[in-house]
Amino acid sequence: MSGAEARILDVTKTYRTRKRTVEALAPITLTLKPDEFTTIIGTSGCGKSTLLHIVAGLEQPSGGRVEIKGTPVVGPGRDRGMVFQSYTLFPWLDVQANVEFALRDTPLSKKERSDRAREYLDLVGIADFGTAMPAQLSGGMRQRVAIARALSYRPSVLLMDEPFGALDAQTRQEMQELLLQVWEAHRLNVLFVTHDIDEAIFLSDRIIMLTGRPGRVKLDVRPQIPRPRTVDVLTSPEMMTQKAELLTALREESQHRWRPQ
Amino acid sequence: MTQLDSATRGTGAAPPRPGTSPAAVKRVRLFGPVHWTKFWICGGAALALLLGTWWTLVALQLVNPFFLPAPASVWSGGIEMWRSGQLTTDTLASVQRITVGFLISTAIALPIGLFMGTIAWVEASLEPIIDFIRYMPAVAFVPLTIVWFGVGEGQKYSIIFIGTFFQQVLMVMDNVKRTPREYLQVGETLGLSSTKLLQRIVLPASAPAIWDTIRITLGWAWTWLVVAELVAAPDGLGQRIMVSQRYFDTDRIFFLIMLIGVIGLVLDQFLKFIGKRLFPWASAEGV
Repeated sequence: MSGAEARILDVTKTYRTRKRTVEALAPITLTLKPDEFTTIIGTSGCGKSTLLHIVAGLEQPSGGRVEIKGTPVVGPGRDRGMVFQSYTLFPWLDVQANVEFALRDTPLSKKERSDRAREYLDLVGIADFGTAMPAQLSGGMRQRVAIARALSYRPSVLLMDEPFGALDAQTRQEMQELLLQVWEAHRLNVLFVTHDIDEAIFLSDRIIMLTGRPGRVKLDVRPQIPRPRTVDVLTSPEMMTQKAELLTALREESQHRWRPQ
Repeated sequence: MTQLDSATRGTGAAPPRPGTSPAAVKRVRLFGPVHWTKFWICGGAALALLLGTWWTLVALQLVNPFFLPAPASVWSGGIEMWRSGQLTTDTLASVQRITVGFLISTAIALPIGLFMGTIAWVEASLEPIIDFIRYMPAVAFVPLTIVWFGVGEGQKYSIIFIGTFFQQVLMVMDNVKRTPREYLQVGETLGLSSTKLLQRIVLPASAPAIWDTIRITLGWAWTWLVVAELVAAPDGLGQRIMVSQRYFDTDRIFFLIMLIGVIGLVLDQFLKFIGKRLFPWASAEGV
């Protein structure tokens, strides 16, 4: 599995309803490197999820385009994997079948499919739960399966839309470490959306902060924290410096947002 | 009966002194759990109470047995019909009609409901018509169906169809629409075509709800069956009720009505059981 370059070129998004027009994204241009972990953060409603959905092909941009490895995105495709915030495992399939679901219609034989699914379940640390039904799993476990499912067909870009947003703090930390392990082993292009600054710094090579509506790039920083990262990083001086910078920027945005007009 | 809320009582609050009004401490807990033994005891007790009241009313000659026959004579009226073989013939005729009529209706309602729930223009084209027809009472169609189909089996099927189909379609549409959008987005990111999204995600996701729709509408179909048979039929439970009325056999009418109830109940429990077997994940907690 290897990553591919993703380019976001002058992408804009405007929602029109009969009553009003909402400009969600101002023109955004970004180049995401094949082996980089990029996180988009911003206040709620800044359009970060919209941007991710546009890269996924689940939403169409109002202007501009997205290119993966130079090929324009026209819709969803298997060159990109996606992990959602809500639990999206199919409740009628067991864990193993949920991962294999992503491998149907591939040239892989039945045996290869089940081996592949097991390989990725092993990678996210739940190899023993293949026959469990999603309803029997905790939130963290479900997201592990979702990650295994999204990686199993070896996309070159992994899109993650606040995947740990619904988890409790401790599970969240565990999942972040797990994600880093997986990513350091595979080094693919990850585009991660969150509103949690700690999470962003802990995970990313590059953090992009969007402004309030309409979202445009406010900050584009690279936390200088060496890898491999462990939990100790969370209290390091580099982390604190980085956090201060991001918090200030974020506070500016939210103040701006609430200022009376 | 008095222990309804014993579990929630007692933390911090002083224990109720003897002599105080029990209403002050005992309350019915809303949405509280009930143990299955208690469930059956309550259900059984209510049924026994109903039968007991019935029996007492008749035994004390408080009502004319012509209007309300004794439980025993209702039972013997049923046995008589059964001995003569009439009951079996009628039951089979009714079951056969409802099977055919209901299957025709379901077989057409399922695909149409599925497409109405997933494809906007199909919904837009059909919903107004179906909603309109749905509000026309099926009973009002009886004379018309006799003109169209005569008094044969086709007319019975058509009444069951008219009464069931339009409700079914809208319910299936609604079931299908409840497929979580995120499931579809997962399918889309995996590159599935619309046909495959339907087969692999929409159908399995909505199957348990559709099964419930089938179960519920089957209950309604019994009503339309009896309506159809009351008017013009050579046999069937509804027809037997009509004949019994002609001979003032109130005990038989009672028996037949209850028999229809029992068949419905058994069938419903059976379908519920099958549903749990088919979709064990749907009754699991969480999801």
